[in-house]
Amino acid sequence: MANVSTLNATGASMDAVKTELASGPRGKRPKRVMSGRNIMIYGILGLAALYYLLPLYVMVVTSLKGMPEVRLGNIFSPPMEITFEPWVKAWSQACTGLNCDGLSRGFWNSVRILVPSVVVSIAVASVSGYALANWRFKGSELFFAVLIVGAFIPYQVMIYPIVIILREIGIYGSLTGLVIVHTIFGMPILTLLFRNYFAGLPEELFKAARIDGAGFWQIYGRIMLPMSLPIFVVAIIIQVTGIWNDFLFGVVFTRPDTYPMTIQLNNIVNSVQGVKEYNVNMAATLLTGAVPLFVYFVSGRLFVRGIAAGAVKG
Amino acid sequence: MANSVPSRTRSSAPPKAPSGRPNQLFRNLHSKIALTPMILVASVIFFGGTIWTVIYSFTSSRLLPRANFVGLTQYDRLWASSRWWISIENLLVYGILSLIFSLVIGFVLAALMDQKIRFESAFRTIFLYPFALSFIVTGLVWQWILNPEFGVQGIVRSLGWTSFTFDPLYNPDIVIYGILIAGLWQGTGLVMCLMLAGLRGIDEDIWKAARVDGIPMWRTYLFVVIPMMRPVFITTLVLIGSGIVKLYDLVVAQTSGGPGNASEVPAKYVYDYMFQAQNLGQGFAASTMMLLTVAIIIIPWAYLEFGGKKRG
Repeated sequence: MANVSTLNATGASMDAVKTELASGPRGKRPKRVMSGRNIMIYGILGLAALYYLLPLYVMVVTSLKGMPEVRLGNIFSPPMEITFEPWVKAWSQACTGLNCDGLSRGFWNSVRILVPSVVVSIAVASVSGYALANWRFKGSELFFAVLIVGAFIPYQVMIYPIVIILREIGIYGSLTGLVIVHTIFGMPILTLLFRNYFAGLPEELFKAARIDGAGFWQIYGRIMLPMSLPIFVVAIIIQVTGIWNDFLFGVVFTRPDTYPMTIQLNNIVNSVQGVKEYNVNMAATLLTGAVPLFVYFVSGRLFVRGIAAGAVKG
Repeated sequence: MANSVPSRTRSSAPPKAPSGRPNQLFRNLHSKIALTPMILVASVIFFGGTIWTVIYSFTSSRLLPRANFVGLTQYDRLWASSRWWISIENLLVYGILSLIFSLVIGFVLAALMDQKIRFESAFRTIFLYPFALSFIVTGLVWQWILNPEFGVQGIVRSLGWTSFTFDPLYNPDIVIYGILIAGLWQGTGLVMCLMLAGLRGIDEDIWKAARVDGIPMWRTYLFVVIPMMRPVFITTLVLIGSGIVKLYDLVVAQTSGGPGNASEVPAKYVYDYMFQAQNLGQGFAASTMMLLTVAIIIIPWAYLEFGGKKRG
């Protein structure tokens, strides 16, 4: 403490400091902020950060310009005159083929796909994970192994058999069909996530509940579910971003009037007819990216945890 | 019914069926009911579906799957198609470069982030946010940035360097690099996160020992830390690898396979033949080749990772 105060009294007492140092330094050496090493580290990280931020910046800037300004200027310059017209146009007037009711249709389609898909896939996977962790039977681990291996098989290999099955049941092209598809392909990662989480809970809880006479569903509903809210949040993050960003399943398993947002966005931007309105395109792109970005920025560390759980253990 | 049957919990002992009771099937019944969806998905879709596709790749199915077997004809046709060769070539270039770059960039960023820096979480948020975006959004943004008229090329030209050319999306020879730029932007954040987690798992004492021995930092990284992080590297490799084979939406959004068919990839080939050209047999054969590619990546890894433990 005395050391600090002498150091603080600069100027007049330089000699005192010198003698102090001569008698041997105590405490931590103060770090130099602008060392060459630090400049390099922050320099590289800063440049990298710029590179990663650039596309987002370009999207925002372009979407706020009018078309004449887009044609004139460079894509990095900030808008001289901010206009929200491209956003309005992208949302309610942009054309895909003959439909000119904008991206709002795709947005609501995506919401209609997202909500049941997230609920059903997480419900099925959490119950599966619970059964695998606490109620094993002969062969359950084998099927689980097949499921995990299946996660690596390219979707293209399994898509056509699913088309046939859904067509036979009569739900090919319907919302129900797509929800089932999302449930199927979300199953490996989510089941793994829940299984590992439930297996990590203290076994005594489960045993005590068994002794008290609780059954399979009672233990799940009264003990496991309330204890595992964090992992449910992680699962929701994985599924919301994954399903919202899906393109392939949407193309294969829906009809044009129920296309999700990603497909409609692609059709709007890559349509060959008409004059290209880059500002409207960028507004539409931002609108489509807004939902997962919102989830990402709100969830923060949980998002990282989610992908780490999925990646490292998978 | 099931409640009266003693159900087995996490005990590791082998199930001893009470002699003379034929209700083996009903033990643990609720668990079996709960796992029915998983069992169906694993056996019917993942296992059955894969086998089905492989079998029907030997047929001459066109609009509808038909079981008239024609041997390897579809594969002959596949490997005789220039479009398939372009797809494979693109996938190889994209795959190898994206593996190298995302591992190197991801590791370097992670190593820099691990220097007890300030604003770490801000940097991580910035590096990882593209990963939350879809490939469609990624592809469209980079299509705009690489637009020759208004994008990077246009700007450099307007600065006075009028002969400057950088139009990867319109040049068949380098179009795949344009896609690579976008793919790296989207995916390196994830690699960085995995690497950072790996670096945080390294024992602090290693660093102290290296400091005491006077080994420079870069050598410690290269010869001590990276070998120690082998499992992280392998997991990342497998993840990126199986992601690369699935490369599809990014190409569709950024170039739609163009110019011409210079940026075709196998996944797009499969989709186009199955759902647009009404040539199912070709699609099945191509998707079987994709399966084979993944198997070549996955099987050695799975063997190393899980095979040893079970025997040990």
